[in-house]
Amino acid sequence: MSDPAISVRNLVVSYDGRRVLDGINLDVEHGETMVLLGGSGSGKSTLLRQIIGLERPQSGQVVVNGIDLNTSSQKELKKLHRSMGVAFQNAALFDSLSLEDNVALPLRELTRLDESTIRLMAWMKLSVVGLAEFRTLSPQALSGGMKKRAAVARALALDPEILVFDEPSAGLDPIVAAELDELILALKRAFDITVLVVTHEMASAFRIADRLAMLYKGSLITVGTKEELQTSSHPRIRQFLDRVPDPIFEQGNEKILERYVEGGAL
Amino acid sequence: MNLPLLDRAGASTLSHLEYVGDLVIQSGKTIHALGKTFPLIGNRHRWLSAIRQMLAIGVAAIPMVGIMACCAGFILAMQGASELRRFGAMQFVTDLVTIGFTRELGPLLTAIAVSGRSGSAFSAEIGTMMVTEEIDALRTMAIDPIEFVLAPKFFAALVMLPCLTILSNACGILAGGAFMRIANGTPFGMYLTAVTHSMVLRDVITGLVKSLAFATIIVHVGCLEGFKVRGGRCCRPIRNLRGR
Repeated sequence: MSDPAISVRNLVVSYDGRRVLDGINLDVEHGETMVLLGGSGSGKSTLLRQIIGLERPQSGQVVVNGIDLNTSSQKELKKLHRSMGVAFQNAALFDSLSLEDNVALPLRELTRLDESTIRLMAWMKLSVVGLAEFRTLSPQALSGGMKKRAAVARALALDPEILVFDEPSAGLDPIVAAELDELILALKRAFDITVLVVTHEMASAFRIADRLAMLYKGSLITVGTKEELQTSSHPRIRQFLDRVPDPIFEQGNEKILERYVEGGAL
Repeated sequence: MNLPLLDRAGASTLSHLEYVGDLVIQSGKTIHALGKTFPLIGNRHRWLSAIRQMLAIGVAAIPMVGIMACCAGFILAMQGASELRRFGAMQFVTDLVTIGFTRELGPLLTAIAVSGRSGSAFSAEIGTMMVTEEIDALRTMAIDPIEFVLAPKFFAALVMLPCLTILSNACGILAGGAFMRIANGTPFGMYLTAVTHSMVLRDVITGLVKSLAFATIIVHVGCLEGFKVRGGRCCRPIRNLRGR
């Protein structure tokens, strides 16, 4: 069996003495779609930043496509980034460039292709996400869903082996979010790439995932298939799936409301 | 012994040392990437970006630098004349304005104008790119943000600040001449002849070298403040103010 595309071992990350990630172990196999679930502040984005090489592990090991991020040189890190496409939560498109130029940017910077080939490739990537006709527009002129699709087109520019999505459905209406899910599934079928998705949208997660991992307060509480997650009796997983608020939060809210009704200040 | 006070002093010292360290590291990386911005031998996209930055930093700043230098030159001549007149040494106003501008005021006024216009613009631009994850996107596309964002600005500032300093010197000295014409009736030609006598090449070069130092400080402090922006949009204005 080949090495996993992404391997995380005993990863610990602390900021200002506070442990954000605590002993994370996770494997993502080649061609697999792994969805990282978790509430706000659970450490999803921190884990994502470690995996995409934006931060070095403080303790533990992160190996992506055979490159150990603890010991990798700048050259190895660049090689890794060339084999990875990332679609950020806010799309992170450059407003000063047209859609076509945004997609062409990595091709212009990292390849020696001539301009006509670059333009053709940018057009093809935009066609894949259904935005070819908008290629001359600035990102400012696009809707949220279109921006996210454009970010996917840019992430695909260098034909990555690993595609990473940070909160792809965040801020989108259900129809556009569902369209984006279908796009992720179509891309996976077409290019047979490893996909890592960070989200807290359950419907989206269950639609696209091969396996899911759930983070809670910096620790992975489960890694498994959709069925395993749905049948889990772990209280945190049940609370997350059933959308149940924390009892402490509920009690706190009741007290605040009681005080308000009695005429006190909030 | 007040330990919290000592703690705070230690933490503040360490934080300032860290800041200086960050500046040095950033400067080193920028100098390493500077070759990519050179015409013909560098990257075409960086060179085009550097030209755009030259227009923003230099050409667009011409009116502000010119007006500031004219006002400062006129006032320097006026204040100098009010004292020198009492000793019958009005001819030294020319020396005062010429030496004052070529050595100190020219580069200083230029630096103040450029840091106000462009230094804070750099931190705002890069800070926004940090918040909108554009800098992270560059890194994940294997593009060095220092080379992509900072190096063209640095090259542009290194070219444009000396140019603006020469403009500032010229405007300040000409404004001094205007004052001498109005207040003393000194013919402009005679004033310019006196200027050429009091102007020393070493002073001019010293001023230009100072402008290069100011360019380095403005670009690196402005950009570092931008790169240090973290979290939401709320902290960006504070960083912009620090960038000034």
